[in-house]
Amino acid sequence: MNFYYFSSPSTFYRLAGKLAPWFFALALVSGIAGMYSGFVVAPTDAQQGEVYRVIFIHVPAAWMSMFTYFVMACYGAVSLTFNTRLAAMMARALAPTGAMFTFVALWTGAFWGRPTWGAYWVWDARLTSELVLLFLYIGFMALANSFEDARRGDRAAALLALIGLVNLPIIYFSVQWWNTLHQGSSVSFKGTSMHVAMLWAMLLMMFSFWMYAIGVALVRCRTIILERERRTQWVRSLT
Amino acid sequence: MNAAAAPMPAAAGGSFGAGFAWAFSRDLTLSLRHPGEALLVVAFFVLVATLFPLGVGADPQLLARIGPGVIWVCALLAAFLSLPGLFAGDYADGTLEQMTLSPHPMPGWVAGKIAAHWVASGLPLTVLSPLLGLQYGLDAQTLGTLVLALLLGTPTLSLLGAACSALALGARGSGVLLALLALPLFVPVLIFGAGAAEAQAASLSPTPHLSLLGAGLILATMGLPFAACTAIRIALD
Amino acid sequence: MSSLEGRGLSCTRGYATLFRDVSFRVGAGEWVAVRGPNGSGKTTLLRCAAGLSRANAGEVTRDGALLYSGHLPGIKDDLTTEENLAGSLALQGVVAHGPSITEALARAGLGKRRHLAARRLSAGQRRRIGLARLMLDPAPVWILDEPLTALDDEGQALFTELLSRHLDRGGLALLATHHDLAPPPARELRIGA
Repeated sequence: MNFYYFSSPSTFYRLAGKLAPWFFALALVSGIAGMYSGFVVAPTDAQQGEVYRVIFIHVPAAWMSMFTYFVMACYGAVSLTFNTRLAAMMARALAPTGAMFTFVALWTGAFWGRPTWGAYWVWDARLTSELVLLFLYIGFMALANSFEDARRGDRAAALLALIGLVNLPIIYFSVQWWNTLHQGSSVSFKGTSMHVAMLWAMLLMMFSFWMYAIGVALVRCRTIILERERRTQWVRSLT
Repeated sequence: MNAAAAPMPAAAGGSFGAGFAWAFSRDLTLSLRHPGEALLVVAFFVLVATLFPLGVGADPQLLARIGPGVIWVCALLAAFLSLPGLFAGDYADGTLEQMTLSPHPMPGWVAGKIAAHWVASGLPLTVLSPLLGLQYGLDAQTLGTLVLALLLGTPTLSLLGAACSALALGARGSGVLLALLALPLFVPVLIFGAGAAEAQAASLSPTPHLSLLGAGLILATMGLPFAACTAIRIALD
Repeated sequence: MSSLEGRGLSCTRGYATLFRDVSFRVGAGEWVAVRGPNGSGKTTLLRCAAGLSRANAGEVTRDGALLYSGHLPGIKDDLTTEENLAGSLALQGVVAHGPSITEALARAGLGKRRHLAARRLSAGQRRRIGLARLMLDPAPVWILDEPLTALDDEGQALFTELLSRHLDRGGLALLATHHDLAPPPARELRIGA
């Protein structure tokens, strides 16, 4: 089968429709397993008690927020280089999910911070970088939707994502530097050594979030395809 | 009307330097004819820097502590204010199209415009910063480092801002949108720029910060004009 | 020999297909008229031919330097008439000396307004700066979108003369216009209805 066959929106629409439920199923199964491992099996931490368990959501969410941005920027690069519609639609589909992961990471970070250091927000390097990342996501979505012509929005946002991708390590590094200079608190995950159940929980939750992200992106992309292609025959024949 | 045909002038090829010089001199001439805009930016800079002590109190130690950071944030905001007009005017009157079709390579005149923008906004801020630094009670060495940091950092802000300005051409609500796009990208410049002056104030060496600012400037000069060119092409499509 | 050719050009903007599978060829010494109702995509076609817009399909090949003039005149309000003309020529890499610029402006009827800021000119006078540019820019390929806009009879006559001279020199032109110009077009390209 020709590679370009899958880059046509109508083919992708059908394929995504078939695949998405599987990804959601995988996300659900691994999520339950991960939560069980993290919240039931893993032992209570000597110093931080039960509260530390929030890292099983915080760390996978933070990791996914960065990974999703990377994938989004890659789709953006593909859409600019090859001038394909589908890659741009996938980038748009990923953005809200990435933003959500960033938001979850920030929230769980605050939730953990309160009992641990007595403050909801500490200017920790990673959390501050997450906040800047959230703005990058919001900027992407805002720019993509600021134009009458959706294609123009696609391309501008794709370029922005690439600029953001190059800047992201620089931003991360600079915030890290700033944090060590000002001696802020550090979110440390290694209070005690990692029990094997904790490791499993972390990996399972990471996998679960990843599967969820793919599933949601596929579903959202289908919606975008329907909207963009609504005047074509194949969409009309769906109703 | 003269019926005899006069000989046509020759066409020279296009070159990066010629494009740069053309855009730089033209934009600078235009700024000088409308000095109000540049002065407004400077006035904003001074105004906001004056507001902070009114808000946090005039404790000399506190002011000296926050001085570099505040001055840098004001420089960021002021630099950002002058960004919308960078390409918008040319976009609106058709000059941007003519520039894109020019035989002079695109990065050349884009870099020229950005350089002119910096001369009209970043440079005055850098020159004025010692005065504001005195308001905050910074000592001479810290002031010197602050000026050097601004000298290295404000061109990077112009470059980053230019790419964002080009991306937002013709967008709805482009003023606030531009802030959302540009300010997160400004963060590293702010951190290292203010950090340099703060290090000097704490009698530590500002060299690492300044080197990083310098490296950032080189990277920005190499990459961002091309990003701005791509963004302009997308806008004209 | 200069030439301009477009093959199989299609363009979609937003949800509307502006034109599909349009081809044209303009050879040296001839001009082609692009005609069609308002909003039919003439401007987009010309922009694709000039390389400003990307067509969704098809390609454009051009042999020879380009002079493009669209709806927007590319004039800066804060520069004088003379500075605007000198600037646009320098931008296109044309070496034109002071006296030739002065002469061109005089021929275009702007002699007395050389040192006026362009914001003080009327729409027709701004268009005449474009005519002065046509006199001095040696580019053989012209792509002009409604070149007679805002020009009075005298201006239109001047343009017609410049067009004839241009074609005689071996130049070519792709013009969107609803006027009938004196040297008749070699071909007509109809877009839209």
